[in-house]
Amino acid sequence: MNWIGNNLPLIGERTLDHIAITAPVILLSFLISVPIGWVANRFTASRGIVLSASGVFYAIPSLPLFVALPVILGTGLRSPVNVTIGLTLYGIALMVRSTADGLASVDPDVTQSATAMGFSDSSRFWRVELPLAGPVLLAGLRVVSVSTVSLATVVAVLGVPTLGLFFTDGVERNILGEIWAGIVMTIVIALVFDVIIVQLGRLLMPWTRSSSAAVSRPGRRTRVVAPV
Amino acid sequence: MNLLFEGFAWIFDPAHHGGDEGIGTRILQHLGITLVVMVIASLIAIPLGYLIGHTGRGRSVVVALSGGVRALPTLGVISLIALSVGIGFTAPVIALVILAIPSILAGAYSGFEAVDRRTIDAARAVGMTEGQIVTRVEVPLGLPLLIGGLRSATLQVIATATLADYVGAGGLGRYIFSGQATNDYPQMLAGSILVIMLALVSEALFSLLQRSLVPAGVVAAEQRQPDGETSGGPTRKSGPRRSLIAGARR
Repeated sequence: MNWIGNNLPLIGERTLDHIAITAPVILLSFLISVPIGWVANRFTASRGIVLSASGVFYAIPSLPLFVALPVILGTGLRSPVNVTIGLTLYGIALMVRSTADGLASVDPDVTQSATAMGFSDSSRFWRVELPLAGPVLLAGLRVVSVSTVSLATVVAVLGVPTLGLFFTDGVERNILGEIWAGIVMTIVIALVFDVIIVQLGRLLMPWTRSSSAAVSRPGRRTRVVAPV
Repeated sequence: MNLLFEGFAWIFDPAHHGGDEGIGTRILQHLGITLVVMVIASLIAIPLGYLIGHTGRGRSVVVALSGGVRALPTLGVISLIALSVGIGFTAPVIALVILAIPSILAGAYSGFEAVDRRTIDAARAVGMTEGQIVTRVEVPLGLPLLIGGLRSATLQVIATATLADYVGAGGLGRYIFSGQATNDYPQMLAGSILVIMLALVSEALFSLLQRSLVPAGVVAAEQRQPDGETSGGPTRKSGPRRSLIAGARR
């Protein structure tokens, strides 16, 4: 475990590298998935196509995708663009499904009431459907966040600097502490991201805070909205 | 795009087909690792998942553990185990088993939990023993969700078995790693294309299997009530459906 004590600055640097790669990916996945999920949910015909396309995309193994992607993008194998786009594609594949499911979970009575009250299509989406779909979106985003942070270690075998380099280097040089440092820091980043996302959710959706109290009240019909 | 052709040309080059280093051998190694992992993981996860699903106990612990495993970087686990048990087959197999268990477990217990409580009460009312309820009611009705769990686990294992050769266990990952070592990008691409195709074939096979394993009684009931799924409908394909579970266990 001497290695850890002697290499604290390096651990910090790689942790920051890891965050610099994963944080934009998580944000991008979310921003891109909301419109796609909306399209998937809006029209019956597009729903099947979009969801099966995202399913097939998710089925593509990650390391091979990182190897094959530069051919299509024209970037280098170790280019951050390649890694960011690859990870974002996975994030989108996961997140589109959550978005479509979340929007589908909004009670049709509610959307019809909103229309009857005079909401335009766009304000109905932003002020009624999206907030009500929020908890499902949040749950999806948490999955995207954890899997992105963990997946980003894989690109180290191609030589991209992330926490995964501690694994490849640790095996080569037979340093157990180095591998532990990589695993622990990956989990720490995943946990910190998760806490941030959950707190943002509580901030943006204050009504979900009281719903846990409502669930425990007996005899009341409740809907479990947040698959964790 | 020329590079892509070179990748395919590499695959179709007869010189790369036979022998110990050939594509045939590497695919068999890859499938071999996958099969061993899936058998071990299923032997652990299916009985445990059935136990949780039948008794309804221990679910929160398992959900929390599965979430934790998702954060665990598989490359790190392979590295860690490889340092203690040495280079070769064992380290990736153990790491992949850890990776596969949560999906199978979730498929097994959510399959049981998705069974309508009234069906189980009815089975008990007609005099079935606990054993009969499990084997004749819960297992067949939960089968589609279990296959869904096995499907996503297999996908993950095929994809991640690419990393097995990183500690010298062979498989299709070999082409990626040796291509990288010798700067042979077509070879890396060839390996990647083969793994991607293997994953897509497995997905296609499992989706056929999943469709064919729905019990005849369930299919008949759905045909009688074609609108039965409209309210919670979007998510009938794969994976554990929490809304379904919440409805069954209220």
